Amino acid sequence: MSVELGHFALVLALALALVQALVPLLGARLGSAPLMRMGEPVAITGFALIAFAFAALVLAYVQSDFSVLNVWENSHSAKPLLFKITGTWGNHEGSMLLWVLILAFFGALVAAFGQNLPPTLRANVLAIQGLIASAFLLFILFTSNPFIRLERAPIEGRDLNPILQDIGLAIHPPLLYLGYVGFSISFSFAVAALIDGRLDAAWARWVRPWTLVAWAFLTGGIAMGSYWAYYELGWGGFWFWDPVENASLMPWLAGTALLHSAIVMEKRSALKIWTVLLAILTFSLSLLGTFLVRSGVLTSVHSFATDPTRGVFILAILVFFIGGALALFAVRGASLAPGGLFHPISREGALVFNNLMLTTAAATVLIGTLYPLLIEAISEDKISVGAPFFNLTFVPLFLPLLLAVPFGPLLAWKRGDLPGALQRLQFAFWAAGAAAIASYFLIDRANAAAALGIGLGLWLVFGALTDLAFKSGIGKVGPALALRRLSGLPLSMFGTCFAHAGLGLTVLGIVSVTALQAEKILTMQPGQSTEISGYTLRFVDLRPFTGPNYTEDRAEFALGTTRGASLGELVSSKRLYTARGMPTTEAGIRTMGLSQLYVSIGDRTPAGLVVRIWWKPFVTLIWAGALVMMGGGFISLMDRRLRVGAPARRKAALAADGGGTR
Amino acid sequence: MIFRAFLLVLCLLGFSGIAVAVQPDEILVDPALEARARQLSAELRCMVCQNQSIDDSDAELARDLRVLVRERLKAGDTNEEVLNYIVSRYGEFVLLKPRFNARNAILWAAPVLILVGGSALAFSVLRRRGNTVPAPLSTEEEAALRDILKDES
Repeated sequence: MSVELGHFALVLALALALVQALVPLLGARLGSAPLMRMGEPVAITGFALIAFAFAALVLAYVQSDFSVLNVWENSHSAKPLLFKITGTWGNHEGSMLLWVLILAFFGALVAAFGQNLPPTLRANVLAIQGLIASAFLLFILFTSNPFIRLERAPIEGRDLNPILQDIGLAIHPPLLYLGYVGFSISFSFAVAALIDGRLDAAWARWVRPWTLVAWAFLTGGIAMGSYWAYYELGWGGFWFWDPVENASLMPWLAGTALLHSAIVMEKRSALKIWTVLLAILTFSLSLLGTFLVRSGVLTSVHSFATDPTRGVFILAILVFFIGGALALFAVRGASLAPGGLFHPISREGALVFNNLMLTTAAATVLIGTLYPLLIEAISEDKISVGAPFFNLTFVPLFLPLLLAVPFGPLLAWKRGDLPGALQRLQFAFWAAGAAAIASYFLIDRANAAAALGIGLGLWLVFGALTDLAFKSGIGKVGPALALRRLSGLPLSMFGTCFAHAGLGLTVLGIVSVTALQAEKILTMQPGQSTEISGYTLRFVDLRPFTGPNYTEDRAEFALGTTRGASLGELVSSKRLYTARGMPTTEAGIRTMGLSQLYVSIGDRTPAGLVVRIWWKPFVTLIWAGALVMMGGGFISLMDRRLRVGAPARRKAALAADGGGTR
Repeated sequence: MIFRAFLLVLCLLGFSGIAVAVQPDEILVDPALEARARQLSAELRCMVCQNQSIDDSDAELARDLRVLVRERLKAGDTNEEVLNYIVSRYGEFVLLKPRFNARNAILWAAPVLILVGGSALAFSVLRRRGNTVPAPLSTEEEAALRDILKDES
């Protein structure tokens, strides 16, 4: 029964989304306040309905209701409860429902907290959100309905893909979608501004927090996906330049650029046209990512959703929204007045450079991802574009950007003082340089490139700290005053520092694991020992083990240092999920400080068990850095100047205390 | 990531006999030769997988290719000769780094063209705007400015 109610709620939500798409837009045209206001209750009710539908599907999964086709295909009664719940979005239909749930959530947030937006802007934004929701609800109801019943309910389900039976599924897709879909708000604001023909610094102030939220979640989502792939797939890679990974990286790159250009627009009223275009492009890349992943266009056979009707449907959505927004931009964009002037060496100039490099990087990833499809479409040839291509093109594009990052916050608006910035960054430069030289001579296997990479990572970290130190006057004034000044700095400055330093940590992790990791591939008999990077690993035994819905062979290793100290046991296993008969590897990972020892096992051969061992120095910095970046985003969001609704409250506060001192 | 995981599973399913990518018995005795083999393997696609190199793949076909690469290296081929040999048998699809040729010109040129074009555009816009002298204030504006400044002091 609840499944039918959920289904019904979803249909109602579609009807409401259509109302939300049309009525406020009409109201804004006619200048009718009641019609414009209708968007808000409709958006909130629509969200409640979709949340109800989603809850109904989760309930069906929890109860293992195999009369529902989607549950039968993707669940199993013996599955642990957590994986029953997360299994709801571990498939095409359920994940699309999560997608629109998050879309409706953001729409409801604008409706609930957008009270001090200009009424026509709010009405238009909600209308565009309603239009996007309508398109995707139609897509779900017509091609990917999760509520379809089976005529005769099977006794047992077919189980969830075993690789997805992991805590990663609980974290990664929701975070990723909060990021992907969060950019829809920036998109709606951009389109609404184009419809309105009005665009000012207040617009940028409104867009920035939404972009920041989406960006922070997307950063976390990508990082969690990367860590999940790292420990689950069993060969210790953290980024594969896979098309589906690229699909999430492109909006991240464009979103990062948008975040920075919105600052210029807010503070200096410059780059208006560009910021609007970037807001449109960022969400377009999110939509493109959804299309690439959902339609199965990337590979003809080995794909996730092989049904071509879905692909054509999403392609139509893609063409409608991207084409429509860009057409509107072409017609209206030129009428937006250009903003403030600035010298190339200035904060604005640095941010333009940031945008140039990030956009080029995003375009490179886009072309690399789509080029094989293009070649296949115009000729019969098939080519591959993989990791070696992206490493060769992406890395050179990113290097100058990374080198320039510490300068940005230290340059003044309008006209900056480059020698002055260089002088302030002296400490960061020499410290990073000294660390690079030291690592070249002190670390085995470190070549010049590795040493320079380590220097680059530290340059970013020290550079970010330099900015805070300079602004609080550390080293120039007494420590007490400096501390007081530091705590008085706006939170957004701490946000910038965290985000840039986090980037540095990620760079450090990538460089050190790429250049310095050790690998050993061998066959081992019980009792046999091997050494890697100062640790010994003794293969104890291989034992069978039975889990709730799998059986596995567990290889037990005794871990110790080469000096003889014991570090306990390490278990690495090969699992077989019985319902699907699918094998997976469960890597044995031991974290030591920031580094990890990674053990995965293969076949049993006459010579012994095949074992692969990696020593991955500082590997955890890759994801820790991303989390620091994400934290920077949220810290910046807490800055009262940025808080949603803050401008009006601040004005009221200023009026109350007669001008105030802030 | 999850979708990649799906594809990996498909790959495993189609070609069962799960094995860890590079097998101990494949490794060449000469470390220099083995290093070259690993480097080449990372540039060759596992034909039956989704965007996986043969160095990472567990599929049987990937193993065959890894062994083939090592055989050619032992026979004294240069890296380029090994790649040419494999392309002649499996087609250009096997290369994860597409060749520099006319057909792939757009692919390889795109990053440079976009960067150069973007820089040129940014500079021209900035210079054009830098040259325009802002219009002088009208008398009303100057009066308004005086009023504001009076209030401030």
